[in-house]
Amino acid sequence: MTAHEAANARRIGVYVCHCGGNISDYVDVDKVIADIEDAGDVVVAKTAMFACSDATQQDMVADITAQQLDGLVVASCSPKLHTYTFRGVAARAGLNPYEYTQVNIREQCSWVHTDDQQGATDKATALVRAGISRTRLTTPLEPMVVETLPRTLVIGGGIAGLRAAIGLADIGLGVTLVERELELGGWVRRFGPMYPHGKDGRALIETLVAEVRRRPAITVLTGAEVVGKAGSFGNYRVTVRVGGEGAGTIEVAAGSIVAATGFDAYQPETGEFGYGIEGVVTLPEFKALVDEATAPLTHRGRPVRSVAYVYCVGSRNTGGCANAYCSRFCCAATVQTAVQVSGLDPSIRQFHLYRDMRTYGKFEPLYTEARKAGSVFVKFDNDAPPAVARRDGGGLTVTVRDLLTHNEELALPADLVVLVTGMVPRDNEALVGVLKLPAGSDGFFNEIHPKLRPVETVVDGVLIAGACQGPKTSAESVASGLAAVTQSAAILKKGFTELDPLVATADQGACTACGDCLTACPYDAISMTETGDRHFAVISPTGCKGCGGCVPMCPENAIDLLGYTDAQVTAMIESLVEVPA
Amino acid sequence: MTAPVATEPQAPGDAFVPRILVLSTNNISDPGIDLAGSSHMHYSPGVKVIGVPCTSGIRPSWILHALESGFDGVFVASDGDECAYLPDCAKRSSRIVGEAQARMRERGIDANRLRLAAICSVCAEPFTRHLGQFSTALAALGPAAAELTP
Ligand SMILES: Cc1cc2nc3c(=O)[nH]c(=O)nc-3n(C[C@H](O)[C@H](O)[C@H](O)COP(=O)(O)OP(=O)(O)OC[C@H]3O[C@@H](n4cnc5c(N)ncnc54)[C@H](O)[C@@H]3O)c2cc1C
Ligand code: SF4
Repeated sequence: MTAHEAANARRIGVYVCHCGGNISDYVDVDKVIADIEDAGDVVVAKTAMFACSDATQQDMVADITAQQLDGLVVASCSPKLHTYTFRGVAARAGLNPYEYTQVNIREQCSWVHTDDQQGATDKATALVRAGISRTRLTTPLEPMVVETLPRTLVIGGGIAGLRAAIGLADIGLGVTLVERELELGGWVRRFGPMYPHGKDGRALIETLVAEVRRRPAITVLTGAEVVGKAGSFGNYRVTVRVGGEGAGTIEVAAGSIVAATGFDAYQPETGEFGYGIEGVVTLPEFKALVDEATAPLTHRGRPVRSVAYVYCVGSRNTGGCANAYCSRFCCAATVQTAVQVSGLDPSIRQFHLYRDMRTYGKFEPLYTEARKAGSVFVKFDNDAPPAVARRDGGGLTVTVRDLLTHNEELALPADLVVLVTGMVPRDNEALVGVLKLPAGSDGFFNEIHPKLRPVETVVDGVLIAGACQGPKTSAESVASGLAAVTQSAAILKKGFTELDPLVATADQGACTACGDCLTACPYDAISMTETGDRHFAVISPTGCKGCGGCVPMCPENAIDLLGYTDAQVTAMIESLVEVPA
Repeated sequence: MTAPVATEPQAPGDAFVPRILVLSTNNISDPGIDLAGSSHMHYSPGVKVIGVPCTSGIRPSWILHALESGFDGVFVASDGDECAYLPDCAKRSSRIVGEAQARMRERGIDANRLRLAAICSVCAEPFTRHLGQFSTALAALGPAAAELTP
């Protein structure tokens, strides 16, 4: 090694994660380490059971300090999950966070090659090598500081959105609440008594709406919809259509956006458990009937003497079709409604045909209360679902095999059959298009990480809360609404935010001032400047959004995107094709 | 937990597994590719991904470099109309691909070794399908190295 090379040598630490076994069940992580530890510039090479654990983070900090590392490579999960975690590790150890590279060997390696251990291991080695190659060429960078607007746009005025709006106002942020319907409150506005405390849904919403009205910091727009979004994190400009189709639009400036657009109830197909036959209703329909009822209970003028509930309709489907999830609220909501019915008239017979009772946590006493009040619970096998048919002489018959009495076939008479329908994602295509909201395979919106970043999305400053994320009770919806408040405050209360300095830079020396890049940037971040008689392009680091669109437009190759420089990408490509020995 | 892993390198007689470089985008197509992993779908381990902010920022020279260094194909997983940065991203990305293909032809490389498709943030299934088809097409073409004019 020449003295010059020695002076330029890097001191890189490499950590390869087992992720419990998520990675190491398919990738031989020890072999990966053996294959890369002799790569030049690698000073520390280790595996970790969980790279993100506190203990390993402390290890990394200790290594960086003791070994005076100037580069960090972590090979674990997707960069969407822990980039900030490990940037934080670097920062705590006094290493510039941009000297760290995340390598994805889980989502893009172990999990897609569970059928090929050698292939997965070789690929992981190549990916780690590419990460090392990239890190050799990193330079310390400082984040850019941009001012943020102290205002949040909340989309959806259900219980989650209303509670979030109040929380945001109380923490000192301005709020614009956009609700598509003419009335606030979402689903809960329709309900009478709700579990767990039997409190009236309508009354709850009235209280929240009154609290909203009391706060001048909150502007409420009803009958309104978001139709456009411009700007970036900290400074969004959102176009809202008010007053219905064809009416005007207004522009709202906001630092962050919270989508709390809720869910829809599952709508059964005609014929599904007899749906379409007179007397077969869904849970929301039945709940509305019971909430309004006075004794004696009637449905369309006919007395209701017996009710049969069929649980899990449209939820927990097996066999790879849609809605594999449990809707969470429906067991408890049904039991709560049954208790209401018993209160109305204890002589009404109630049969609950269930697969599993999920009155979890504090909802369990409701189940006991329902049984004490006379409700009968019949467990059926998913492979032998109940059948609903019209009964001669009026009413319905539900036939079911009772798992708990040796599959005895029961024919239960019922005046009403209630299909306990679950939650489905709300059809919100236009909004998804505007906000670029990521949805999961079940159609609900996806957070970055269900445990660690439960309300953030991959779109910076766009948060999600409530049942639009997936089935939630109203308490859980409110909790995530408040999490979105905290997260909004965390990013807006300082008045500024730090943006990645991964922006484009133009090399003055190489620039011939041809001007080709000027039209390449829709954000007008590039301008021509001069010193003496030399003209050249300069790129404003705060105007630049970091897309790199100008990079290939420069005929002189004078533009590089920091973090993705020509040298780095070229080196990564070369490392990726190498075959491990 | 971990089964023993064979350590022998691929024997020369083994079937040709095309090496594919995927250029994805950090915010949209990369999450789609991640979702293929979270959903436990499968594609060939010859597929390796480099994430960039936007496919409009790809230098055609990177594509050439990949094919000259040993990759058999390059797949550009673009944002299509979903790009959050550039309204004309689809047009820019296809211009870049067109330029790279022209340069590939000059070098004697089959232009079919470069593909462009929009992959959205939940396009796990389309991504695996695209890559499966691309692997098959490249296997039929054989190694790119054989085409390179010296
Ligand atoms: C029959 C039934 C009974 C239930 N009983 C209980 C119970 O007893 N206890 C309990 O804890 N939970 C119960 N739940 C669950 C409860 O309803 C939900 O947890 C709660 O409604 C979720 O609140 P949310 O604000 O997330 O969504 P929602 O209530 O769906 O509110 C979303 C709001 O966003 C608006 N919106 C949607 N899209 C847009 C858009 N693009 N632009 C603007 N606005 C938009 C909607 O109009 C709506 O007002 C029950 C549910 C059902 C169906
Ligand atoms: S909450 Fe109960 S009824 Fe609803 S899907 Fe889950 S198990 Fe079925």
